[in-house]
Amino acid sequence: MNNFQYKRVSSPIAAITELAKDPAAKLVAGGTNLIDLMKYGVMSPDKLVDVNHLNFNEIVKQDGSLHIGATVRNAVASANADVLKYQPLLSQAMLSGASPQLRNKATMGGNLLQRTRCGYFYDISAPCNKRQPGSGCGAMGGYNRMHAIFGASSSCIAVNPSDMNVALTALDAVILVTGPKGDRKIPISDFHRLPGTHPELDTTLDRKEIITGIVIPDNAFAANTTYIKVRDRASYAFALISVAVAMELEGTTIKDIRLAMGGVAHKPWRLKEAEQMLKGKQASVENFKMAAELAMKGARAYEHNAFKLKLAPNTMIQALKTASGIKA
Amino acid sequence: MSKKHLENADMELAMSRVDGRVKVTGAAKYTAEVQLPELTYGVLVESTVGQGVITSIDTKKAEWAPGVIAVISHLNTPGVPEYKLQNQDVIQKQLRVFNDANVYFNGQPIAVVVADTLERAQYGASLVKVTYSKEKSFSNLKDNIARAIVPKKAKADPKGMTSDFIRGRAEAYKDAEFQVNEEYIQPSEAHHPMELHSIIATWDAEDKLTLVDKTQGSQQTAASIAKSFQLPAENVKVLSTYVGGAFGSALRVWPHEIVAILAAKKVQKPVKLVLHRNQMSYMVGYRPYTLQKVAIGASKDGKILGLSHESYGKTSMYEEFTENVLIMSRMMYDIPNVDTKYRIVPLNVSTPAPMRGPGEATGSFALECAIDELSYKLKMDPIELRLVNYAAQDPDKKIPWSSNFLKECYQLGADKIGWNKRKAEPDSIQDGEWKVGYGVATGTFGAFRNAASVKATFKPDGTLLLQSAIADIGPGTATSMTAIAAKNLGIQPENIAFQLGNSTFPKAPMQGGSNTVATVGSAVVATCDNLKVELAKRAAKQKPEWNNAIPKNISIVGTQLVNSDEPSSKVEIASLFKEDNLSELVIKGDAAPGEESKKYSFYSFSVHFIEAHVHELTGVVRIKNAVSVIDCGTVVSPKTARSQSMGGIVGGIGMALMEDVVIDDRTGRTVTASFGDYHVPVQADIPQMEMMFVNEKDPYLNPMGSKGLGEIVIIGVAPAVANAVYNATGKRVRHLPITPDKLI
Repeated sequence: MNNFQYKRVSSPIAAITELAKDPAAKLVAGGTNLIDLMKYGVMSPDKLVDVNHLNFNEIVKQDGSLHIGATVRNAVASANADVLKYQPLLSQAMLSGASPQLRNKATMGGNLLQRTRCGYFYDISAPCNKRQPGSGCGAMGGYNRMHAIFGASSSCIAVNPSDMNVALTALDAVILVTGPKGDRKIPISDFHRLPGTHPELDTTLDRKEIITGIVIPDNAFAANTTYIKVRDRASYAFALISVAVAMELEGTTIKDIRLAMGGVAHKPWRLKEAEQMLKGKQASVENFKMAAELAMKGARAYEHNAFKLKLAPNTMIQALKTASGIKA
Repeated sequence: MSKKHLENADMELAMSRVDGRVKVTGAAKYTAEVQLPELTYGVLVESTVGQGVITSIDTKKAEWAPGVIAVISHLNTPGVPEYKLQNQDVIQKQLRVFNDANVYFNGQPIAVVVADTLERAQYGASLVKVTYSKEKSFSNLKDNIARAIVPKKAKADPKGMTSDFIRGRAEAYKDAEFQVNEEYIQPSEAHHPMELHSIIATWDAEDKLTLVDKTQGSQQTAASIAKSFQLPAENVKVLSTYVGGAFGSALRVWPHEIVAILAAKKVQKPVKLVLHRNQMSYMVGYRPYTLQKVAIGASKDGKILGLSHESYGKTSMYEEFTENVLIMSRMMYDIPNVDTKYRIVPLNVSTPAPMRGPGEATGSFALECAIDELSYKLKMDPIELRLVNYAAQDPDKKIPWSSNFLKECYQLGADKIGWNKRKAEPDSIQDGEWKVGYGVATGTFGAFRNAASVKATFKPDGTLLLQSAIADIGPGTATSMTAIAAKNLGIQPENIAFQLGNSTFPKAPMQGGSNTVATVGSAVVATCDNLKVELAKRAAKQKPEWNNAIPKNISIVGTQLVNSDEPSSKVEIASLFKEDNLSELVIKGDAAPGEESKKYSFYSFSVHFIEAHVHELTGVVRIKNAVSVIDCGTVVSPKTARSQSMGGIVGGIGMALMEDVVIDDRTGRTVTASFGDYHVPVQADIPQMEMMFVNEKDPYLNPMGSKGLGEIVIIGVAPAVANAVYNATGKRVRHLPITPDKLI
């Protein structure tokens, strides 16, 4: 790891000022990802701006939405009574990520900015357009079992590793940020990027902006939500495929539904066409299968991840069955 | 009839690990935790090409970095004297550390940066710039199977286990009515013990070296290092007091150990070198990727007529690694016609190493899956099929087993797991979204014994200190040796201390191949017997009836020496020291195997049962129940034996379901080196487990009646899982690990 400066800030303005002053500065909160990347030499910021002491620690249920501060720990949010009552999907997704120790450290804002776990991104002897733009993609012709089947580009096939982000995407969360030009609200679908020709950029957050919180608009999904994560072991592994389902049922009719997938793209993958198809339909395995087929439109596999073309719809069908309680 | 076998509950109250408290409280210092004055830190620079020649190493930036003391490579190494000798062992040709500019595998240590702190050494290492003349590297076994060779070892020993072998006729399976002929692949697996490989090297004088080192054999490491550096054997001292697991990865000297010694020579200060977790998958060996072809033919009554078994395993370009993959096929079942062929494929990878159940864990995966496949073709219960082919004596050596309680293992395990719930037709039990199946497989490993000595120091207060150079890599050696001494002498375990892991202690072999209890335990018994004879001799001066006492009848009860033949003759222990005013009695004992291995065939056996649940849509496998039944003779230390078996099941589940060292064949680089990418089981993967022991003594191997345990606990677990998954789903996965993608 390189030598770096450490600066603890106590106000958002101070944080923004540090970022504006120093292009090689990075924010650190839980540090569960950044410190790792620094040890591997993947990221070498010359200054760490510690935002742990900013006052974004609250979870507030307001009229029409649930507000979660950026520095709330994942462990705290996943066990919070309002989160469990109003947005249980988020809790389920967060609890299926990482380990208790990591969730105790990791923050909501940090999790939004979690970087890919692509092995070629981590191995500084390998080419990687995300780590070193223009150096090539090691994964494309290499070991790509964990990689994208949607939205990849010729420069990057990495996936977003977060579980939390998948749930937030299904729940139409809005990311609150602030920066030199003032406050902004970014819908989560616009927050994470597809790689395109600039895979070095994971999000649309400006370098000088900071995340202050996450807002989840109220919904009527709480009774029928499911997060299913398929992975190589029972815990502490990244998703091969994960599916978030939030459903509003009227009898056995699907009144409203949100669907998102993880482990398949550079960003959490919202399945709007499948949602449209299911809306107003009967919750039945037949319809779930049709929706899953629709969801896979445009999917493309590489040498080692072709299984995802089948595992993704299968997982989606299972998630829909679990969320709706429909067995056959 | 009294129950002799042990189940979980029977072992609950047995003696606990004597060093458990210091281990869980952190009081036990492992190598990397040891601090010495003037300590410096070494960090390795690795090659980033799979094959080639180093054309330049730019160390300027690193040398100027704060705290860096030296950067050492082939350009300025103090040199390893052994490399200059002509008569080196051609089979075990180790990687010559910093000897020249050649690169044989991606990740090869090519330089070391030594600094005053670990962080500064790490940063310094990141500044070393290397250029190569890169050549094409070869790391894929299947693509390069044409490069397979007969190991030199096989040529040197035509009767050995790696030589081509035929009993009866070759390929006799072809004439049988029912046949299985399949290919099985087990990928490379890393040992990944919890403790990282670490060493602290200190040159005490120009020709005198002390190492604090993670090793499975303090004396063997000392001897190997003394040879490499051409030092008098007694001038190399190795301390390895606590070892946090090894599984075979510390059975030899590795390049990083040589590097630390070279670096300490160069900087004239102690050097600590601790491997990074990622380096653990390519710098200290691994279970080699092995492709096996198994063909079995049987008649309709299940009698196996012919078995052909071939094995192709990875090895490095500079060294031939072999292991006994094919023993089980030669001796496990009573088969008239058996032929085996063992080959290795030299590739641009580092040298593999024995890993728990070396060879046999690999071989049993293929053989025991093939037997299972045959059982479905025959429509015969897989246990019955094994019993039909049960070998009443060793069909390979054609001599009787020293002991063999396999039939009891099958019976006990089948009862415990509820084998009667299994359906002969695969994919017939459904539990909600989950398909349920049961699998069984057998394991075996030679029961070995070597020579060892133990030193006892007995004090008037009745406390006993025992010392042996043996390592304890986790099985609880100090505990089992204490139990043996306590039983022999009658002394309470808390009054006995067993010290180990020090090359200056009495002779012991490496801790590997499950021979420790048989070997060192026998020496403990001999030493205790010698001590009793000495005490009786002294007692006879007070009471002449002690002249007739025999060790078996002598014991220490409280503060007294007692002869069960003459209960009235007891004497105070302390009084035996008074005569010549001794403060302690020092007694040695030696023990070595005799001619018994010519008369009997010594093997330990295990049978593993698995209940697997497989999700119908996602292919996720959950092991719901695991039962291992072990025939390791008399169980010397029940609680630590149970822990061993528990660890074997966990390791076997890892092998079956998730462990996979993947190499990018374009570069030869390991892509699953980190613990994020290389999965071992977590707590949530581990089911209800029942560890059972037949606990019937082996009459011939050693005085305790025990046989080896450490290997058989894992051998056979992976095929039992694969067989259970097949029974659940009807899908036969012959390429481990059995990840969800292979079952959808």
